[in-house]
Amino acid sequence: MALNRDFVGRTYEASATYEVCRVKIKEFADAIGDDNPIYHDKEAAVAAGHPDVVAPPTFPIVFSLSGASEALSDPDLGLNYAMVVHGEQRFEYQRPVYPGDELLCTSTITEIRDAGRNEFLTLRSDVTSTTGELVCRTYNTIVERGGAA
Amino acid sequence: MAATVKYDEVEVGQEIPAVDYQVRRVNLVKYAGASGDFNPIHWNERFAKSVGLPDVIAHGMYTMAQGGRFVTDWAGDPAAVIDYGVRFSSMVVVPDDDNGATITISGLIEEKLEDKRIVVVVNARSGDSRVLSKARAVVQLS
Repeated sequence: MALNRDFVGRTYEASATYEVCRVKIKEFADAIGDDNPIYHDKEAAVAAGHPDVVAPPTFPIVFSLSGASEALSDPDLGLNYAMVVHGEQRFEYQRPVYPGDELLCTSTITEIRDAGRNEFLTLRSDVTSTTGELVCRTYNTIVERGGAA
Repeated sequence: MAATVKYDEVEVGQEIPAVDYQVRRVNLVKYAGASGDFNPIHWNERFAKSVGLPDVIAHGMYTMAQGGRFVTDWAGDPAAVIDYGVRFSSMVVVPDDDNGATITISGLIEEKLEDKRIVVVVNARSGDSRVLSKARAVVQLS
């Protein structure tokens, strides 16, 4: 089923901030098989010039879709989640993400288009600190296989 | 907080040698838990086949994370990666055996930018397929 183009331009704010912690960074690093001590050990991170352990570059995927998840499951959008695969992803950093960061995610559906038999939906998420500082921006394109057929 | 690779010591066209990363079913289960992406196509073979996939496939983000690991290991500092984007061009099919699948990642320095930044093209292959395309990282060198 074609996705509802009326959703383009809509913006969603996460209902709560995401608090980054060392344990989650370690869990995520373990899950991607990365034993870099800068993810696991504060002393090693400090020795490398950081205030604390650092989140891996793809870590914001953990929380960056939280604001938009309600929109993606809205029956009016018409997305069949069983047919969804990931199309594109990008992380654009203003600064690294550290434990103690309280991050707010605001997501906008920037584009819905079809290509062949598939539907493509792109979300841009602005990740800001509690002081309003932009920390990173993520771009996420999901593909609904067969959605345009 | 600085990359161990120096801007003045790299050249456009320079290759970053390939590294193999194994992905087994257990890695996908761990990644599902850590990332919160519990889409059953990444852990349930029966479900994956019912929606037309050949078998369980890896999370695209798992493959992207291996590309990130490749670049941060090379650069020497995770925070040196200031921009990283990919297109998922093919699936990484992960069979239910002891070996799983292999993702082979290599890199190429495509461009030198201002402020000691460079663009690294990340090539990722699994089997006969190119699994990432348009994969680029902007890296802050020292």
